[in-house]
Amino acid sequence: MQIFEYNGSALVAMVGKNCFAIASDRRLGVQLQTIATDFQKIYKIHGRLFIGLAGLATDAQTLYQRLIFRHKLYQLREERDMKPETFASLVSAILYEKRFGPYFCQPVIAGLGKDDKPFICTMDSIGAKELAEDFVVGGTASESLYGACESMYKPDMKPEELFETISQALLSSVDRDCLSGWGGHVIVVTPDDITERTLKGRMD
Amino acid sequence: MAKAAVDVPPKGGFSFDLCRRNEMLVKKGAELPKFRKTGTTIVGLVFKDGVILGADTRATEGPIVCDKNCEKIHYMAPNIYCCGAGTAADTEAVTDMVSSQLALHRYATGRESRVITALTLLKSHLFSYQGHVSAALVLGGVDVTGPHLHTIYPHGSTDTLPFATMGSGSLAAMAMFESRYKEGMTREEGIKLVCDAICSGIFNDLGSGSNVDVCVITKDGKDYLRNHQLPNPRTYVSTRGYSFTKGQTEVLSTKITPMKEKVEIIEGDAMEE
Amino acid sequence: MAPVEAATKQHANWSPYDNNGGTVVAIAGGNYCVVAADTRMSTGYSILTRDYSKICQLADKSIMASSGFQADVKALQKHLAAKHLIYQHQHNKQMSCPAMAQLLSNTLYYKRFFPYYAFNVLGGLDSEGKGCVFTYDAVGSYERVGYSAQGSGATLITPVLDNQLKTPSPLLLPAKDAITPLSETEAVDMVKDVFASAAERDIYTGDRVEIVVVNSEGIRREYVELRKD
Repeated sequence: MQIFEYNGSALVAMVGKNCFAIASDRRLGVQLQTIATDFQKIYKIHGRLFIGLAGLATDAQTLYQRLIFRHKLYQLREERDMKPETFASLVSAILYEKRFGPYFCQPVIAGLGKDDKPFICTMDSIGAKELAEDFVVGGTASESLYGACESMYKPDMKPEELFETISQALLSSVDRDCLSGWGGHVIVVTPDDITERTLKGRMD
Repeated sequence: MAKAAVDVPPKGGFSFDLCRRNEMLVKKGAELPKFRKTGTTIVGLVFKDGVILGADTRATEGPIVCDKNCEKIHYMAPNIYCCGAGTAADTEAVTDMVSSQLALHRYATGRESRVITALTLLKSHLFSYQGHVSAALVLGGVDVTGPHLHTIYPHGSTDTLPFATMGSGSLAAMAMFESRYKEGMTREEGIKLVCDAICSGIFNDLGSGSNVDVCVITKDGKDYLRNHQLPNPRTYVSTRGYSFTKGQTEVLSTKITPMKEKVEIIEGDAMEE
Repeated sequence: MAPVEAATKQHANWSPYDNNGGTVVAIAGGNYCVVAADTRMSTGYSILTRDYSKICQLADKSIMASSGFQADVKALQKHLAAKHLIYQHQHNKQMSCPAMAQLLSNTLYYKRFFPYYAFNVLGGLDSEGKGCVFTYDAVGSYERVGYSAQGSGATLITPVLDNQLKTPSPLLLPAKDAITPLSETEAVDMVKDVFASAAERDIYTGDRVEIVVVNSEGIRREYVELRKD
């Protein structure tokens, strides 16, 4: 068994025109047994920055707490929120520190940077950053997501279209992955508002 | 000694506190995740006025391409660049680390960094980790002693060569160099040969792909030609397209949070008393 | 090391199988069937050839596309061709696609404990002239479906096909045919697009896609270039 397959997860982030969307499935399993069907995998760092953590749930939550801690220290010291680029470097550094005994986590980071420029990024479990201009994926359904996004993504989508595209890509991918599913959680962020939606999906 | 009550940010170095747990998980039958690799073709050659480095732009995780346009030519110093192959996190971290050491060294001495300094810092780091930091590098630059080109292996051994290749596409690229390299090439000839060597890796090695990055370093400065060639555009786009109508996805709940207005404009005269 | 020990060790390391990669897709329509495969053959990180057809015409209206281990695929194709020749002598007609599907399943299961390392899809027209697709695992389990993808890029392609062509649930009453709603040109366009997408992300898919379309008029072949890196 691959360690990522213990809990199962699917994560995807996409860039639109001056906006971005980040989506995850809602399943928490222990191998083939489903434990929870409303599990949060996307965490808010601040209003314009989100991180999704795929992989071993225990490590994901530990890592999340460390990240929140470090972000709060930053806020106290600098009196401002972290830029997405800075935050990505922080995550990368925290992961690489454990190069020889890693957290079994694959983060997907999405945020709005300066001038409302969307920023998305993913990493492997030891913090090798991968910046993309279109979409990034992670988790046990990542291969399916790569295929779906590669076909369905198009540049400069408006928030509504971006939501439909990311949702369809997510739902069709998790239906082909035994370890993720039970609907989805989609967050679309524009400079004006954050829209969180819960999707209905197959429950098997 | 009293342990700090809070988890303060560490000063640096690796942390091994999850190693025992991870080892236990492996013993229980868990398989460790694959790390992101840069399958890679990276090359470098010395020409008349300096050094040319080249790299492809594909990063893979097993048989899947996870980044189609990554940057493999890393900055070390204004006059030194370094191509990296192997585990992506290692090449990135090791080059970043050494480039910061070089910057500090420049501030301390007020002199331009030398390629040999970068080489020594890289190899001593890699050697001390006995090959576990799996970075295979091609280091090139021009300093006060002239142009230099080196290869560094993950275990810390180094070579000094007029032309060098590394990564899974190294054989394909070396074939081009061996047949066409000559001493004292011009800038144009050099760039052409580097591009052809990288293309040979891109097309004949499955671990390498996408675009060609080139970096020309001379004593007058560097010329970073990012995506110098784009030989692999998408070949077909559906005429029908995939368009999803609004409301096609079934939504259970929606929550909209408006962003706070950052600036408040107060009108009128407040100072009338 | 003792010679006996050395021999034992060598034996343990030897594997009769290789994976030559490649992706195959088939889509069944009302009166047509599209079978497609890329033409790259590779091993490890090297490309063996950029122009190798994974598609084999077994009978007038049955087309098989296979990925996996090329040597096993070749052996399987020859075996089926021989079986089909005998069938023609005995019955004086071409085998129908559903019959060929059963034969392929039996052939694969016959080698249950030393399987052909081949992942097949069989496409064609059934006796009523409707498109049909049969999808297999390596040991002969098979199913009639509306569309299928197999091979190295299958995980990338399947969700897209699901999204665009999902067949009605098999539990639906009255049972509906496993055929897709697209027209022939739309299906061919879709196949080209999913292969272009798979070639972007799967290192074992690329070079060229060969598309075979079977309809009442006969068989037509098309090629589209893919990424060559």
